[in-house]
Amino acid sequence: MNEYTFSILFGVTVGTLARIYMFRTDYRQYPTYPHGMIIHLALGFIAASLGALVVPSIMEEEFTAVTFLTLAASQFREVRNMERKTLTEMDSLELVPRGASYIEGIAVTFEGRNYLVIFISFVSSLAYLSINIWAACVAAFLAFLVAKKYMTGSRLGKISDVEQATVSFDGAGLYVDNIYIMNIGIPVRQKEILEHGLGFVIKPKNFDARSTIGNLGQRQAILHDLAISLGVYRDSGTPALVPLIKRDLDDGRIGIFILPQNKSADLAMKVISQVPTLENAIRMPTETKEKGSGQS
Amino acid sequence: MTLEKLILAAVTLSVSKVPVGANVFVCETKDEMDQVAADLEAILDGIAHKLSNDVYIIVKH
Repeated sequence: MNEYTFSILFGVTVGTLARIYMFRTDYRQYPTYPHGMIIHLALGFIAASLGALVVPSIMEEEFTAVTFLTLAASQFREVRNMERKTLTEMDSLELVPRGASYIEGIAVTFEGRNYLVIFISFVSSLAYLSINIWAACVAAFLAFLVAKKYMTGSRLGKISDVEQATVSFDGAGLYVDNIYIMNIGIPVRQKEILEHGLGFVIKPKNFDARSTIGNLGQRQAILHDLAISLGVYRDSGTPALVPLIKRDLDDGRIGIFILPQNKSADLAMKVISQVPTLENAIRMPTETKEKGSGQS
Repeated sequence: MTLEKLILAAVTLSVSKVPVGANVFVCETKDEMDQVAADLEAILDGIAHKLSNDVYIIVKH
C-alpha cells in the first residue's frame, strides 16, 4: 500500500465498469459470445490499469514509463484485427452478410472503446490524486458522458427519410416504387415475392447523405440489420429471394426490397432509421472548397 | 473457383432464339417452360430471368 494505491484502484474500477457499460447486446447481436465478452472485459481491465497508472508515473517523474502507452496502442490495434478476422470468417455463413464496411466499423469501435476506457480511468485517477475522491467521482461521471457521446455514432434516420413503398412487377422486372430491382422470370416466384415482399424507399435529406447512403457497404449494413430484426424468407441456394437494395440514379433515393419473416412495415422502418451510419461511408461533397461557399 | 454472372442454361419455346453454346432446354408449352425453369433454378442455385415471352435464362449471380 502506498499513496497511489487507492487512486489506481479507483481508476481501474471506474474504467472496467465503463467497459462493461459499453457492452451492448441488441438487435445487431454482437457481442453475444460469452468468451468474446471475457476477452474484451480482460482487455478493458488492462486498458483501465494503463490509464490509471499514467498519473502516478508522471508524479514520480518516471516519464519513460509513459511510453508503455505505445505498447497499449499496438495491443489494441491487435484487437481490431482480431475482431475483423473473426467477423469476416463468420460473415460468409450469414444468410444476409454484414459486408466488409460494417465489419470494419465494428472492429474500429472495439479498438476505440479501449482508448475511451484509458481516458476515463486517466481522468478519474488524475482527479483523485490532485483533488479528492469526490472530485474523482465527478470527473469519472463527466468522462463517462464524454465517452458516451463518442461511443454512439449517427443513425440513418438523421440523414434520411424512410418510407414504405409498393413492390410491383412490370413484365419480369421487379420494382420498388419506380426503382428497378431485378428481373424475376418465373410466375410462381413472382407471386411468392408479391405475397411476402416488403419495399422501402430511403430519401436522402441532403446532398452529403446522398453519397453516404449510396455507399455499397452502407447499403449492405441496412440489409443485414433488417434481416436480423425481421428474419428473412430465404435459404441458401435461393438467390431469387435475396434481399436487394438499388439506387435511383436521378435523385439518389435508395430502394430496399426484402422478404421478411415478420412482415411488419412499422418495425422495419424503425430498424432502418436506427441503422448506424458507417464511419467509412460518410462523404461530405458539400465541404469541397473548390465549389465556392454558396453552393451545396 | 466461384462463378459470377454466367448463363448456366436457357429454357425456350423457340430454339432459334437462344444463344449457341448455352445448355438449351426446348419446351412445348409455357407451363412446361415455367416448370423446367423453376426446377433448374432450384438445382443450379441460379435465378431464372425472363428475356422475352418464350426465353428464360438461368443465371448464376
